[in-house]
Amino acid sequence: MTQSSVKITASPHVRSADSTVKIMWSVVISLIPVIASSIYYFGPSAILVILTCVAACLLTERLFGSTPGSVADGSAMITGLLLGLCLPPGFPLWMAFLGGFFGMAFGKIVFGGLGQNIFNPALVGRAFLQAAFPVAITTWPAKSQTWLSLQGDNFALPFMSPVVDTATAATPLGNLKFGDDPVVTPLADLFFGSTGGSIGETSALFILIGGLYLAWRGHLNWHIPLSIFVSTFVVSGLFYAIGISQFPPLFMLFSGGMMLGAFYMATDMVTSPVSNKGCWMFGFGIGFLTVIIRIWGGLPEGVMYSILLMNAMVPFINRASQPRLFGTSGKKKAKKEDAS
Amino acid sequence: MKSLLSFKHGVHPPENKEITSGMKSRRFPFPKEIILPLSQHIGTPAKALVKVGDRVERGDVIAAAEGFISSAVHATAAGTVKSIELWPHPSGAMVPSIRITVDPNSTQMQRPRIVPRWQDVKEEDLSKEIAKAGIVGLGGAAFPSHVKLCPPKDQPIELLIINACECEPYLTSDHRTMLEQPHDVYEGIRIELKALGISRAVIGIECNKPDAIEMMEKTKPDDLDVEIQTLQVKYPQGAEKMLIKAVMDREVPSGGLPSAIGAMVQNVATTANVARVFKTGQPLIERIITVTGRGIRKPGNWVIPFGTKLRDVIEHCGGLTEDAEEIVFGGPMMGQGQANLDVPILKANGGILILSKDECKRQDIMPCIRCGKCLDACPIFLNPQLMGAMAKAERYEEMVEEAHLNDCMLCGCCSYVCPSNIPLSQLFIMSKTQLRKLAAS
Repeated sequence: MTQSSVKITASPHVRSADSTVKIMWSVVISLIPVIASSIYYFGPSAILVILTCVAACLLTERLFGSTPGSVADGSAMITGLLLGLCLPPGFPLWMAFLGGFFGMAFGKIVFGGLGQNIFNPALVGRAFLQAAFPVAITTWPAKSQTWLSLQGDNFALPFMSPVVDTATAATPLGNLKFGDDPVVTPLADLFFGSTGGSIGETSALFILIGGLYLAWRGHLNWHIPLSIFVSTFVVSGLFYAIGISQFPPLFMLFSGGMMLGAFYMATDMVTSPVSNKGCWMFGFGIGFLTVIIRIWGGLPEGVMYSILLMNAMVPFINRASQPRLFGTSGKKKAKKEDAS
Repeated sequence: MKSLLSFKHGVHPPENKEITSGMKSRRFPFPKEIILPLSQHIGTPAKALVKVGDRVERGDVIAAAEGFISSAVHATAAGTVKSIELWPHPSGAMVPSIRITVDPNSTQMQRPRIVPRWQDVKEEDLSKEIAKAGIVGLGGAAFPSHVKLCPPKDQPIELLIINACECEPYLTSDHRTMLEQPHDVYEGIRIELKALGISRAVIGIECNKPDAIEMMEKTKPDDLDVEIQTLQVKYPQGAEKMLIKAVMDREVPSGGLPSAIGAMVQNVATTANVARVFKTGQPLIERIITVTGRGIRKPGNWVIPFGTKLRDVIEHCGGLTEDAEEIVFGGPMMGQGQANLDVPILKANGGILILSKDECKRQDIMPCIRCGKCLDACPIFLNPQLMGAMAKAERYEEMVEEAHLNDCMLCGCCSYVCPSNIPLSQLFIMSKTQLRKLAAS
């Protein structure tokens, strides 16, 4: 027994088993069903796009990240996977790589790395791609003949636009908004994913499985997706009921990037509010903005911009949603006038 | 089954009480030397009454309370005063302490002390008898009990709450007190009720101690208006504010005392010791202490005389295991890490916890990812995430004005849940210290 063998630390001397690295990797694990189903629907193109985005994010983190080890914390991996999942399957790989680099470098690392960024890095990458390559990112080739054939011109050379010689098809949202003959896609197709759309966004079922797993592990704040769904449903239901909108509320919930956005993009802990009260304000804003953009905006989809806009609001939401201190009414204490 | 009472938020760490909860408390042998610091309580240090070379008997007053918020110190073993010098204190400081060489030939009988029957003592004089016996709160804070039993006159007390939650993991000393001294607990409640001039008490016990609940129910006197309230197992259920919230569904106002809403909380072991003062005349010189953790070879519950050195306790309990990592006085959530084996065991110390490497789960600190888990854990609804960021930026005044640092009781829930292992409560202790320094300069 020697005196030097024990350590002295401040209390508490025990810790919960949770860790940031564990949370990050469990998010990665929860995405496996989504990735598997996307490969089933879109074939090798899905694998290529996702791998390219992941490689771009990991490389950017390794080269420019705050510490050499930060690439192992899993956060760059998540950004890469999520970016890949919200791109069209036929997307040129050089563009995907550029998107991954831009999202990581300008969405996260310039702010100071993990925990410091304001905007969801995957969505920053996607917003960049949307602005830079508006045609490529909204080109949805019709389903290819065999599972093995590519979904578009994945191998377009850098700085060249993709050549799409197959017929293009509309996504459920695009069809309903801009189509010549708008139809509401049946909910079952939206639920199981047999529609056109971005790689990981077509099947609500598998996103739900992953999201519920994370919520059960306590690694996802369920207040956020729930508040987004409630506000989307209520706001779009209202517009649908009075005849302003052609989108039925349930269609709103299960189409486009809503599911992936609500469960995986909006719940990014770094860029969402800290308190549950704040999460409700945040989620309500996302649902509301999404419905507005989808009905009146120039784009078929609005989840990405809604989340980015609400990301910018988080500091204000945090300020407005401070918890009520125990033993007070919650109202700000009146400043003592006689304190001088 | 009706749902158990509790409070909002909090955490539930592994309880680990089964290590010692079934072990009857045994008398610890008297060591060769005892060290009694003049400061074992919150308030002014006591004033030494003995000088080097004096012979003292077990139970003699050796230091008197200095002022109202202070507490007397008694010799915990018979022997000779060797010196009065600065000695390492569990708080980490060097504190004036009385060193007594224990007489190996003494029978260690307590020197007889004449104490009146409590039934014959006037209400307002009961606290004086309690003060003479050097009783302090045994729940961990060591606040002098006689002060607590004299609440402000303009804030009448309605209810006495006996704190038997023992919400800190590992510790079982309150649990054993209830199993082994239930009659003392009820006698103590009678005395405390009389001192407060009220008639009703509630005993709050977490539901992970069914045998203690059964024992207290079985021994409950018919003529006493006392109710046993089973509580949910959750840390920090034993914090005054949390216990009052659970039992009375009232919140102690921010910055106020429990008496502001008519409540008074006393620890169960303190209460049992109050009874023994009048029953045997014995002042507070020893208590049940849990020696536990996977880093000690022979865990157990012991009645240890105060002033026994940590070194002697570890030796008697079989020594440390190979993978012992940390020695803590108190529980794992709020206890104090110990650096020196010569520190003495004091009144406030309900447990000696020796954690093994596996139990500490020490991990690297990562950046805050703003997950909000600390907000969901904080029992008094602070925003530890924000406070942590402010502390790192040294914005201490802002922490008080904007983030209510003064309401933080350093329970450690935020640090416990933080997935990035940010030492939040340590940052808050540091901030409070810095603020005190700023105020002093």
